[in-house]
This record gives sequence, structure tokens and C-alpha cells, in this order.
Amino acid sequence: MATDSDARACLYKETLLAGLWRENPVFRLLLGMCPTLAVTAAVKPAFTMGCCVIFVLLCSNIMVSLMRDRLKPHLRILMFTLTISTFVTLADLFLKAFLPAMSEALGPYVPLIIVNCVIICRAEACASKNPLLLSIIDALGMGVGFTLTLCVLAGCRELLGTGTLLEIQVLPRAFHPWAAMGMPVGAFITLGFLLGLVNLISRKQS
Amino acid sequence: MRSLKHFFEQSWLLIVASFCFGLVIAATHAALSPRIELNKITKLTNLARRLVPETKRFVPVEEDIETRSLQGKAERVGVYKMMDGDRLVGWTFKVVGSGFADKIELVVAVDGRFETLAGFDVLASNETVGFGDQIKHDDFRGQFEGVPATALSLSTTGNPDDIDSTIVAISGATVTSTAVVEAINHYLVPVKEELQQKGLIGDGN
Repeated sequence: MATDSDARACLYKETLLAGLWRENPVFRLLLGMCPTLAVTAAVKPAFTMGCCVIFVLLCSNIMVSLMRDRLKPHLRILMFTLTISTFVTLADLFLKAFLPAMSEALGPYVPLIIVNCVIICRAEACASKNPLLLSIIDALGMGVGFTLTLCVLAGCRELLGTGTLLEIQVLPRAFHPWAAMGMPVGAFITLGFLLGLVNLISRKQS
Repeated sequence: MRSLKHFFEQSWLLIVASFCFGLVIAATHAALSPRIELNKITKLTNLARRLVPETKRFVPVEEDIETRSLQGKAERVGVYKMMDGDRLVGWTFKVVGSGFADKIELVVAVDGRFETLAGFDVLASNETVGFGDQIKHDDFRGQFEGVPATALSLSTTGNPDDIDSTIVAISGATVTSTAVVEAINHYLVPVKEELQQKGLIGDGN
């Protein structure tokens, strides 16, 4: 009995940590590239986007897991999309009502969470096959992993692009900001370097 | 009858889920839409206050002005009086144009007599960074401050510092510059005419 509960606890821990490193949606699975490149010019919008993705991922995984025994195979993608779009719409409305400036800064990228592959991937790979608790843990692991990645990327870009972090001056005034880091080219270059770094660390670990 | 039964057997979950999710979205929208509308009005009035700094309060004109959008669709334009105490210092309203990437929403302010433009500011724009988004910059917006509230024209050459009804386009963003001028021209005349018809301008307010 104890072994069974130990094994389950181990599985939950593994699932939670998978999203942070081993199966990180951005660095390892290369999913959700659109917001990763588009909203990482500064940390605040990146963090807000990450929170929205956590909310949508969590809610959709809960709903899909609850419905999993009744899902018809040929209608499952339709059900996933319906579920995801509902929670994305709610997140979008909440942002517009309570964080209008952030909603504006994120522009169309909040509604575009509907087509974020991370969410539909977790619904298909995990929530539609696993019980509720495991689906919740998976959503939290993947969501937090996605958010941390966005924040790391945004931190690098904001620091080099403006000399600030969370809009607080960090680098000395003498530092000349790299304007390109605020543009799409900065997103691609930073992502490339970070992917290289993650691959290097993974290779050394293995 | 049999095919109908088969249809419901296959899709009952989809139908129930659609109905429930629709209800949740409708309820949330109903609960939050007043706040969202208020946020939009606050943004518009904050930007307009920067164009006419002596404004202390905004008074909406009782009836919206009915006009047609640039695409020909019927729409209503909300116009606000800008007041300094009991003194009318200007008028402000929102205009919408079709930019290079997406629609552009602007707030336009005019003086109390509706004779000169106080300027415009950008409510929403997804124009290209470094090109079209220069409509937000003072260099471009400054050309609209103090010009007659009549039809404006756009030119690709000229001196942007000249205050007249000819606006000099942003280099590399002619489409966006045209969209701004067209949008202002499109709404300025109908709003002015409607306010004149209502007797709100010209007779001492």
C-alpha cells in the first residue's frame, strides 16, 4: 500500500518537474512559439501571458479530464477547441476589464492562445487519458514551465533592449540599449542562444 | 428517426458543452462589459485631456451621432463636450481608419467653436514598429495641432512644421499616414454638421 502511494507521489513529482525542464514546452518541445517570440520584449507582458496560459491550460485540462470517458474519438479535437476557446475568451474578458493596459500591450496574442499548441497538446497527450489530479499537476508543470521560459527570454531582451528589468533601471546609464532586442530579430536571436544553452546543458547532463 | 438518434448519441456532449460554455461566456461578458466600456471611455478622455489640457470634465452629447464608417457600415459616434467649469473648451470623439496592418482607432479633439483641431492621439494601432507606429510620435501628431477643422490633405513632400491643412506623410508609412488623414476627414464633417443641426455649435454653446 505504502509502495503504491510512494509510486504515485513519484509520478506526480515527475509530471510536475517534466514541464519545467525535461519536457519544457518551449525549450524541449518547441511548442507555443508564437507568444514566445511575440510578447517577450518585456517581462511584465510575458508574465501576464504566462499566467493566462496557466489559467487556460489548467481549466481545459480539468474539463477534458472530466469528459474523457465520454469523448467520441472523432469529435475530441472539436471538444478540445471548444473548451480551450471558452477559457481563452474568459481570460481575455478579465484582462480587458481589470488590466486594460496589459490587454492592449498583448493585443491579439491573448485570443491566439486558442491555437497555442501547448494547450491542445496537453489535452490530447495527458488530460484525455489521465485522471483529474494528474491532469491538474501536468497543467501546472507545463504552465509554470512555459511562464518561466517566457520570463527568462523576456528578461534577457528587456535587459539588453532597454537596460531595465521590470521597468526598473538595472544596467548603468552609460549602457547603450540594443534597440534590436525589442524587435522580432531580438526575439529570434535570444531564443536561438537560449536553445543552444539548454541543449549544451542537456548534453553535459547526459 | 434512427439517424437522428445516432446524431444525438454521437454529439450530445458537444451540444451540452456548447450550451454550457456559451452560458458561461455570456454571463461573464454581461458582468464585465460595463467595466470594459468604462475603461475605454477613461482611456479616450485621458488622451483627450492631454490634447486640451484645460479640460476639467467631459460631458457626453445626449444622442450619439449617426454616420457611416469608411467601409460604409452604419455606426454611431459618441461625442463629448470638454468643459472647464461651465466654459466649453472643446469637443472630442473617436474615429476609426483602415491602416496598413489593422484598423486604427484615434481620439480627435477640436476647439469649442469647432474651427480648429486641437490634435489627435492613438487609441489603438497595430502598425509596423519603426514605420506606421510613428503616427504616435509628436513629430507627426504635431502637424494636426491648430489646423483648421476642415478637410485635410496629405502630401509626401513639404515642411511638417508648417501649420496648415496639408499633412506631410511619414516616410515609409504612406498607407498609415493616409489612413489617419482619411479617418479624420471622414468623421470631422458629419460630426460638425450634426452638432450644428442640434444647435450645439455656433450659437454660444
